[in-house]
Amino acid sequence: MSEAVQIGPNPYEMPLEDINVSQASLFQTNSHWQYFERLRREDPVHYFNDPLFGPYWSITRFNDIMDIEKNVQQFSSEGGITLADRDESFKTVNFISLDPPRHDVQRKAVTGVVAPTNLAKLEPIIRERAARILDGLPVGEPFNWVDLVSIELTTQMLATLFDFPFEDRRKLTYWSDMATSGARAGGPTPEPVRQAALLECLEVFTGLWNERVNRDPADHFDLITMLANNPDTRNMDPMEYLGNLILLIVGGNDTTRNSISGGIYFMDQNPDQFERVKADHSLIPKMVPEVIRYQTPLAYMRRTATEDVEFRGKTIRAGEKVALWYVSGNRDDTVIDRPDEFIVDRDNPRHHLSFGFGIHRCMGNRLAEMQLRIIWEEILARFDRIEVTGEPERVQSSFVKGYTELPVVVHRR
Amino acid sequence: MPQVKFIEFNGTEHVVDASVGESIMVAATSNLVPGIDADCGGECSCATCHVLISAEWQSKLAPRSDQEESMLDLNPDRTDESRLSCQIPMTEELDGITVNLPEFQY
Ligand code: HEM
Ligand code: FES
Repeated sequence: MSEAVQIGPNPYEMPLEDINVSQASLFQTNSHWQYFERLRREDPVHYFNDPLFGPYWSITRFNDIMDIEKNVQQFSSEGGITLADRDESFKTVNFISLDPPRHDVQRKAVTGVVAPTNLAKLEPIIRERAARILDGLPVGEPFNWVDLVSIELTTQMLATLFDFPFEDRRKLTYWSDMATSGARAGGPTPEPVRQAALLECLEVFTGLWNERVNRDPADHFDLITMLANNPDTRNMDPMEYLGNLILLIVGGNDTTRNSISGGIYFMDQNPDQFERVKADHSLIPKMVPEVIRYQTPLAYMRRTATEDVEFRGKTIRAGEKVALWYVSGNRDDTVIDRPDEFIVDRDNPRHHLSFGFGIHRCMGNRLAEMQLRIIWEEILARFDRIEVTGEPERVQSSFVKGYTELPVVVHRR
Repeated sequence: MPQVKFIEFNGTEHVVDASVGESIMVAATSNLVPGIDADCGGECSCATCHVLISAEWQSKLAPRSDQEESMLDLNPDRTDESRLSCQIPMTEELDGITVNLPEFQY
């Protein structure tokens, strides 16, 4: 089934050059689909001069996005990964917004935490925590799935990765929200509030760093111990440390959270697909990447042209911003069969753009999939049905695609 | 048809036929050899088709492109034998090539 509801103006009736897909409200009202559909067909490399973000290009077809991801010489990540300009006086740095060679050095320094052998060690802890959360849910009465399950589970996960004080774990969620909801990115949080929250984050994590700098990394697998002891990262300056923390907190938090909620919603909307997974749990590993494609938790990533580039007949000038709209490429029917349908047993379910591609391809992609696989295994072991009882409320952002509210009632097996 | 011998990390061997011109990655995935994910479908953009090939066989292969080099370089377990199997087209000369699979893909 297609989600293409239309609220507000019809994008097919407005002049093409007026189409601006970066408005947070389009995503909050779930009315972005037809805008992207039109751009994919009529103007796949689209220019718009936005009052908030300045001029930017929208890349909306799957293969064009892939080509730009691979072309790191002409399309740099160093201008930042969102369309919002960064505040030069409060500039956090991390490898998602670095080009080679610095990107590669920093990424390699932390990749070990998500090595599959490490993930296997985390699996039983995550399963136990997921089971406890699900067992504690009220049965037969309405609650917000986002809050009681999606946020709680990803937050506990993150606390595990950082070995963060467990009772303070909701702070991680708070910092993640602050990092992504800034007014500069079209969100509701004023910049001073955001900066204060992030400085608090830095302070707390500096304390943890100082505790762990003398720990033996052979006995402690948490991220802070790894960063504090790795020769490539141990001399990071504070803003760089903060930048990498935010990267891991946001990377591991919002995205996974919204994939958990999204999966519940899609299953409710597609009962035939849900029945198939219920009848055959071995479909879960294929269904998980499909949930991630269908949700596309990050709508886009930005690049910046390093020189004038001729691209599909358009000239992208040096310094101009380029948004790679994963949310659109994931619905490109020239690459993905019946892309508007949610299908739990696709042939190549991982062939989607939600994790990006190329050297910045999501470092946590296997961890995210593992979390979703575990939660679905545990859900199906307990519940007959998760009934969505009202329309979800969505995040006001053109970057983070997700939910603030998903009202449900759970029914036991 | 030239043949490829894949050896899984646990030692299990799979000998498969490969068409000239198709990549070693495709030879593996189309014959359901486990251990190669190939998320990007052969675009040299995911590095989940990582394999290990001895120096002897590598001397018969074209050297790594810059793109292959940069993707491999993200893997902390990369060795001199590391290659991305989607970047190696099969030829008659490669008949009998041995391809070792890593413990896991990142
Ligand atoms: C469903 C969940 C997730 C989604 C959809 C997602 C999506 C993304 C995307 C789109 C990128 C940028 C790709 C590009 O520019 O080509 C990225 C990068 C990244 N993600 Fe994720 N992510 C998820 C989960 C996670 C988790 C759990 C972690 C925690 C370790 C994580 C850590 C990172 C890091 C560190 C990067 C930067 C990689 C680089 O620049 O080299 N992500 N992610
Ligand atoms: S299949 Fe993605 S790099 Fe080879």
